[in-house]
Amino acid sequence: MRARNYFVGAAFALLAAGMGHSALAQDIKIGEINSYSLLPSFTEPYRKGWQLAVEEINAAGGINGKKLVVVSKDDGGKPADAQTAANELVSSEGVAMLTGTFLSNIGLAVSDFANQKKVFFLAAEPLTDAVTWSKGNKYTFRLRPSNYMQAAMLVEAASKLPAKRWATIAPNYEYGQSAVAVFKKLMSEKRPDIQWVDEQWPPQGKIDAGPVVQAVAQANPEAILNVTFGPDLVKLVREGNTRGLFKGREVVSFLTGEPEYLDPLKDETPEGWIVTGYPWYSIKTPEHDAFLKAYQAKYNDYPRLGSIVGYQTIKAAAAILAKAGSTDTDKMIAAAEGISMPSPFGEITFRKIDHQSTLGAFVGKTAQKDGKGVMVDASYKKGADYLPSDAEVEKLRPKD
Amino acid sequence: MSVAPPLLAVEGLTKSYGGIHAVRGVSFSLRAGEILALIGPNGAGKSTCFDMLNGQNRPDTGQVRLLGEETTGKKPRDIWRMGVGRTFQITATFATMTVRENVQVALISHGRQLFNLFGSAPNFDRGEAGRLLELVGMGGYADRPCGELAYGDLKRLELAVALANQPKLLLMDEPTAGMAPRERVDLMRLTAQIAREKSIGVLFTEHDMDVVFEHADRIIVLNRGTLIAEGSPAEVRGNPQVQAVYLGEGLVYDARHREGASS
Amino acid sequence: MAFYVVQFLTGLASAASLFLVASGLSIIFGVTRIVNFAHGAFYMIGAYIAFTLTERFSGAFGFWGGVVVAALAVALIGVLVEMVLLRRIYHAPELFQLLGTFGLTLMVEDLVVLIWGPDDLVGRRAPGFKGAVDFFGQNIPSYDLFLIALGPVVLGILWLLFQRTRWGVLVRAATQDRDMVAALGVNQKWLFTSVFAVGVFLAALGGALQIPRDAVHHAMDLRIIVEVFVVVVIGGLGSIVGAFVAAVLVSELNAFGILIFPKISIILVFLVMAVVLIVRPWGLFGKPEAAARKTPGLTVNPWRPLTSNERLASLAALVIAATLPLFVGNYALTVGSEIAIFVIFAVSLHFLMSVGGLASFGHAAYFGLGAYGVAFLAKMAGLPMIVCLLLGPLLGCMGAAIFGFFAVQLSGVYFAMLTLAFAQIVWSIAFQWVSVTGGDNGILGVWPASWAASPSHFYWLALGVAALVTIALRIAVFSPFGYALRATRDSVLRSEAVGINAKRIQWTAFVIAGTTAGIGGALFAYLKGSVFPDNLGISLSVDALVMVLLGGVETVSGGVIGAIVYKALNIWLVSQTDLSKLVLGGFIVLIVVVFPKGIVGMLEMLAQRRRKSSPPGSSLLAKPIESAE
Repeated sequence: MRARNYFVGAAFALLAAGMGHSALAQDIKIGEINSYSLLPSFTEPYRKGWQLAVEEINAAGGINGKKLVVVSKDDGGKPADAQTAANELVSSEGVAMLTGTFLSNIGLAVSDFANQKKVFFLAAEPLTDAVTWSKGNKYTFRLRPSNYMQAAMLVEAASKLPAKRWATIAPNYEYGQSAVAVFKKLMSEKRPDIQWVDEQWPPQGKIDAGPVVQAVAQANPEAILNVTFGPDLVKLVREGNTRGLFKGREVVSFLTGEPEYLDPLKDETPEGWIVTGYPWYSIKTPEHDAFLKAYQAKYNDYPRLGSIVGYQTIKAAAAILAKAGSTDTDKMIAAAEGISMPSPFGEITFRKIDHQSTLGAFVGKTAQKDGKGVMVDASYKKGADYLPSDAEVEKLRPKD
Repeated sequence: MSVAPPLLAVEGLTKSYGGIHAVRGVSFSLRAGEILALIGPNGAGKSTCFDMLNGQNRPDTGQVRLLGEETTGKKPRDIWRMGVGRTFQITATFATMTVRENVQVALISHGRQLFNLFGSAPNFDRGEAGRLLELVGMGGYADRPCGELAYGDLKRLELAVALANQPKLLLMDEPTAGMAPRERVDLMRLTAQIAREKSIGVLFTEHDMDVVFEHADRIIVLNRGTLIAEGSPAEVRGNPQVQAVYLGEGLVYDARHREGASS
Repeated sequence: MAFYVVQFLTGLASAASLFLVASGLSIIFGVTRIVNFAHGAFYMIGAYIAFTLTERFSGAFGFWGGVVVAALAVALIGVLVEMVLLRRIYHAPELFQLLGTFGLTLMVEDLVVLIWGPDDLVGRRAPGFKGAVDFFGQNIPSYDLFLIALGPVVLGILWLLFQRTRWGVLVRAATQDRDMVAALGVNQKWLFTSVFAVGVFLAALGGALQIPRDAVHHAMDLRIIVEVFVVVVIGGLGSIVGAFVAAVLVSELNAFGILIFPKISIILVFLVMAVVLIVRPWGLFGKPEAAARKTPGLTVNPWRPLTSNERLASLAALVIAATLPLFVGNYALTVGSEIAIFVIFAVSLHFLMSVGGLASFGHAAYFGLGAYGVAFLAKMAGLPMIVCLLLGPLLGCMGAAIFGFFAVQLSGVYFAMLTLAFAQIVWSIAFQWVSVTGGDNGILGVWPASWAASPSHFYWLALGVAALVTIALRIAVFSPFGYALRATRDSVLRSEAVGINAKRIQWTAFVIAGTTAGIGGALFAYLKGSVFPDNLGISLSVDALVMVLLGGVETVSGGVIGAIVYKALNIWLVSQTDLSKLVLGGFIVLIVVVFPKGIVGMLEMLAQRRRKSSPPGSSLLAKPIESAE
C-alpha cells in the first residue's frame, strides 16, 4: 500500500518534471525543493499536500487564468545540493519563485541564494529564527511558525507548571541549541525562580538513549524540555518509559504532537506531555474539514503536518502570484508583504516587517487512545500572538 | 696490514631477545674490494647480524664502523647515504615501475632530488641508469615493467639499484636464494667482477656452499650467535668445528632457501 | 553509587549491540580484506525484516523466531551478494570492493523506503523483557540485561567457533596469511562465502535486536556504520576480543562522558580512535599487518607521461570545454563549475591514493578547511575574492600538515581510519563552535566578486584552476618527487634502503594533496556562496573516494574522469528521478562488475589489448613470486 503510494508519488514527480519541460509559455512555474530522499517520513505527506493544492488551484482556473506547474527537486539533505537544484530551477526551468525546504541550514542556503540572485523564496518548513530575523532578507518569506514562536507557545503552558527544576534534552545542532536557548530565555523571564539542573545534547540521529535518560534522571528534575524528534524521540521515549524517567515529571516537548513523530510511538506514547503538533482528528473548523475531506478523498490516507505545510506553501505561493498579477520578483514581494489568505488553520498573514507568516500551531497534551498516540486538550495558537514586538523585530533583522 | 682503517669494522656486536642471545660478541672487519661471506646454520644469527649492520636493528652493545665512522644506531637510509648498497633475501623492488625507473629512483635519491616537484623523472640521468643496467646485463630490459621480470632478473636489478650510489660496501642477504644453479653462478661472478673493478667491499650471507667457496675471499662462520671460525675458504673448509656444526645440520643447505627473517 | 553502576550497565548494553555488528565487520575484513561498507545496510535490512516478521507472528516464539529468521534471511542475502558481486572483484585493486559495497548501500537505502514505506517503524518490545529491574532505586530495563548477557555469549560462541572447529582454524589462518591458505589447497571461495555469511548474520542480528529499543528507518545504516568501523579499528582489525573491548570502551566512555561533557558524544569515538591509533598503530588487540603482498600494480601498464598526440587531444578537450559558455545556459555552466571543482578535489585525493598508496577516508576535511578559510577571510577580514582564493587553501594546507604528520606514521586501513577520525574532529569543531563557524547553519554570503559573478566567468575560473591543478599534479607525478612517492608506495623497505625518508615523502604528499583539496574547497565556497559543516563531512570524503575508484586507482588520469562521470551523473539523477540513490548505486555496482579497474583502467586495458596481441612470455614466470616487504 505504502509502496504503491510512493510509486504514485514518484510518478507524479516525474510527471511534474516532464510537464516542466513541456509547459506552455502562459503557464506559471514554481520551483520546489525538499529533502525527499533524506526525510521521506515528512516529505512524502508534504508532497501529497502540495500536489493536492496544485490540483485544486488548476481545477479552479489556475492563477489569473494561467495554469500552475510545480517543478520539484530533491536536495538529499545537503545545502550545496539544494543550491544546485535552486540554480537549475531558476536558470534552466525559469521558475517564477522558489519554495520548500525542511532543514534550517538548507533553508538558509536557499534564502542566501535567493538574496544573491534576486529570486523570490517562500520557505516552507525551516524553523530557525535566522531565516526571518538575523539572516533575513528582502526575498525570503516563511510559512511555518518559527522556533521562537513555538517556544513561546510552549512557554505559555510550561510557565504555569509548578516545576522549578528543569532539565533539557536536545539534539546537538543549531535547531536544538536555539530551541533550548529561546525556551530558557522566555521561561526565565516569566519564572525567575526556575533552576536549570541538567542539559543533554545527544548527536542528532545518534542518541545513546539509555545513558542520556539515566543522566537526566540522576539530576532529578521536576520537569524536562525535549527537543529531539524522529527516531531519536522513539529511543528516548522507550528508554524513558522503561526507566521511569517520565513518572511524576512534567515534560514539555517540541513537535512531538505532529503525526509524523507521534504515530510511530503507538502504545508507548507517553501521557500528558505538553507538545506542539497537529491533531487533525479533533480540529473542527470548516476550513480544516474541507482540506481533510479533499485530502482523504485523494489519497485515502490521513494528513500529517507535512501535508498541511506542503498544501499551504503552494496555496500561499498561488495567492501571492495572483495578487501580484505578475511573476516579476519585486511585484511579488510587494504583493506578499502583508498579504492575508485562508488556510486550513484559519486566516494567515505574511507580515511586512519580517516576512514571517502568522500560521500558528496547536498546543495540547499527549495521550493514548486505542493503542495510538493522540493529542488531547489541543488549542490553536495564532502565530501573531507569539511574536516579539515590532521594535524588537526591527532590531533583530538586518536592514535590507 | 695497512694503516688506513678497514672499510668495515665490527666490534663486539651483541643482541639478545628476551634472554636469548641471538648474536654474542661478534667482531670482524672487511677491506675494500674484499668479498666476505657470512655463513652459519639456520638460527646462527646471520640475519640478526646483518640487520644490525644495515640499520634495521640496533645492537645491544658493540660497534659498527664504516671507514672509521660510527654507523651504530643509524637508520638504513642514513647508512645508505654513507655508501652502503644492499640487496634483500627476498627481492624488494618497486613493482609498478619499469626496470629503468627502479634504478632512477635510487639515482634521484643519490642526487638529492627527492623533493624536486617539477623536474622530469623519466629523463633523470638516463645515461647512468642505462650504464648500471648494462653492467648487470639488464640493458635490454630497461622499459619492462618490473612486475613482469623473472626472479633472477629481479636479483640483477637489485644489484644495479644497490650500485646506484657508487657504494663502497655492498651488503647482500642471500643474494642467490631462490635462483636456479646456473643463475647463481652468473650473478656471483658478476658481483665479484664489479666489486674488484670498483674496489667495493662485499659482505654476503649464503646457504649455497658452492657459491660461498667459489666466490668468497674470506669466510666467517657463526654458530648460535658466536663467531666460531674465520679465514680463507680452504681454512674454513678444514676447520673441524665448522665441519661438526655443518655435519650436524645434515648439509641440506639447498632445500632451505627461506630462513626466518627474525632468526 | 547505584547510579554509577546502572550507568555502567547501560553502557554495557549499548556495547553489546555495537559489538555484534563490529565483530561481523572485523571477521569479514580479517579474512577477505574487504572494507564492507554495506555492513550497515545489512544491519538495517535485518531490522526491517525482523520488524515485518515480529509484527506478523505473535508471541514469544514469533518474536525471537522472527529475530533469528530475519538474521538468517539477511545472511542468505549476504551469500548472494558475495557470490554475485564480491567474488568478481576480490582481485581488483585494494578498496575497490569498498566502491561495490558503497553502491549496494545506496541501493538499499532507496529500496527499504520502496518496500516498507517512508514512516519510521516502531516494533514490538521483546516478550519477557518489557519492564525494568529495580536496582537500589534505579531502573535497569530487563532487555538491557539480556543484551549485557548476550554480548559475552556471542563472544564465547565466536571464540569456540574459531578455536575449536576446522573452519575456525582456517579462518584464523586466512586472517594471518591469505596466500598460505590458498597454498594449502583450501577452497578459498567457499571459505570467503561462509565468512561473509557469518559476518552478515551478526550484523543483521544486531539490527534485528534493535527492534525493542530503536525505530526502524531508512538511515539506520549510516548511523551505525562509521561507529562500527571505529570500534573495529580501535580493537584491532580481525580481532574479535578487540572488537568487544573497544565496544565496551567506547560505550562506557560515552555513558560517563555525557555526565561531564554533555556535548561530547558527537565526537568522542573519533577522539578515542585518534588517540589509540597514535599510541598503538594497530589498535588495542591488533597485530602489525602481515607483510602486505600487494597484488595491485603487478600487471598494470607502467605509467608514462602523455605523448604529444595525447597532449594535443587533452588540450583540444580543454578548448572544447572552454567554449561551453557559447552553447549552453547558466545552469549547465554552474554544473560545469561544480564538476570542475570536484575534478580538483578528486585529483588531489587521487594523487595521494594512486601515487602515494595512501587512501584517505577523510579527505573532505581539507576541502572543507579551504572553504572555511575563504569564508573566514571574506566575511571576517573582508578581503577581496582573489586574496581569499589564494590564502583560503592555506587553512587546508595547515590542517593537512598537522594531521598528515600523524597519519603517515600508519599505513593501509589504519591510515584511512586515522584520517577519518581527524576529519570528524574537524567536522565537529565546525559543527559545534557556533560563534565562529555558525555551526550547522554555516557561513552565508560568500559570493564571488563582480568579475567572477556571472556563471560563464566563474566557469572559466573553475575550469582554468582545475586544468592548472591537474597539469601541476601530473607534472608532480612524473617529477623526481613523484617517483620517490611511488617508490614508498611500492616498497617502504626498498625505498629506505636507497636513502628515501618514506614518512617525510608521504607527509609532503599529504600536504600537497590537502592544499590542492583546499583550493577546490575555496572555489566551492564561492560557487555556493556559503560554507557548511557538510563540506567537511564523511559523505563528501566518500564521494571523493568513489570518484577516484570509479576512474581507476591504478591510472594517472582516473581522478579526472571519475570526478566528471560521478558528479555529472549524480547531479543529473538527483534532478531527474526520486530514486537517484537506487539508480546511482546500481550504476556503481555495474561499473564495479564490468570495469573492475575503473573506467580509465578499462579504457587503458582495451587500448593495450589492441596495441599488442601477445603478452610477454616472462610474465607467467614472474607471477608466483611477488615482491614482499
